Amino acid sequence: MTQLLDEPLLATPPPRTIEKVAIVISKGSLEGIYPGLIMANGARMDGIDADVFFTFFGLDAIRIDRQDHIKVATVGNPGLHMPTLIGALPGLSALATRMMQRQMESLDIPPIPEFLELLADSGAGIYACKASVDMFKLSKEDFVPQVTDIITVGDFYGLAAGAEIIFT
Amino acid sequence: MTTTTPVEVDQEGFLLDATQWDHRLAEQIARENGIPELTDRHWQVVEFMRFRYLTTGTAPSIRSLGKESGVPVKELYQLFPKGPAKLAAKIGGIPKPHGCI
Repeated sequence: MTQLLDEPLLATPPPRTIEKVAIVISKGSLEGIYPGLIMANGARMDGIDADVFFTFFGLDAIRIDRQDHIKVATVGNPGLHMPTLIGALPGLSALATRMMQRQMESLDIPPIPEFLELLADSGAGIYACKASVDMFKLSKEDFVPQVTDIITVGDFYGLAAGAEIIFT
Repeated sequence: MTTTTPVEVDQEGFLLDATQWDHRLAEQIARENGIPELTDRHWQVVEFMRFRYLTTGTAPSIRSLGKESGVPVKELYQLFPKGPAKLAAKIGGIPKPHGCI
């Protein structure tokens, strides 16, 4: 004999999803900056909230005088599979940077200044680390207008409540 | 579903056959994805996504969407808060964009 259930069977719970990310960019080389930018943009493209916190040499990505001069590290970068002494030759870092930039442009990955505009327009928060700003004796005027604010580590953790924190 | 002809979709709800798409279906997909009404600006983005996919075989990146669709990035996110490229592709009846940008 079959029996009707009083209550419908519980549907399987939806897969757990990420709602928010807080990404720390701490390095000033091209390969140190781009992964964080790409992950932040990728989050926004999927409707995930994103804040990006620039600290130490990562600040170069948002400095008006430096963001257009970010270079690939050709010394101490085993990923390039190049002898360290060759990597140290004058102009080599600039050459490797140009090659990588050309490659990225072909994949529609924007240069760093444009990437920051894209992120800000996407609604991502862009923050500078106060300790680093003080250490390098910088102020708000040294940064691109997309920077939302200069904040302390404590402020960052406050913003990051409920987020996945990604350190790059 | 209120359509009379059933359409095939993938696990995430993207149309498997872009030719099965029409405006009424687009409106229905939009409603199911939290956009109660498609404005002219929504349509501009959706039609652009579809045009680019049908002419080049790939959907545009968010970067070129912002530069070439006539709708800037900021507005794209206002129109499609849960992800402009992905949602406009779904509403436009084309596959999910695969790029990371």
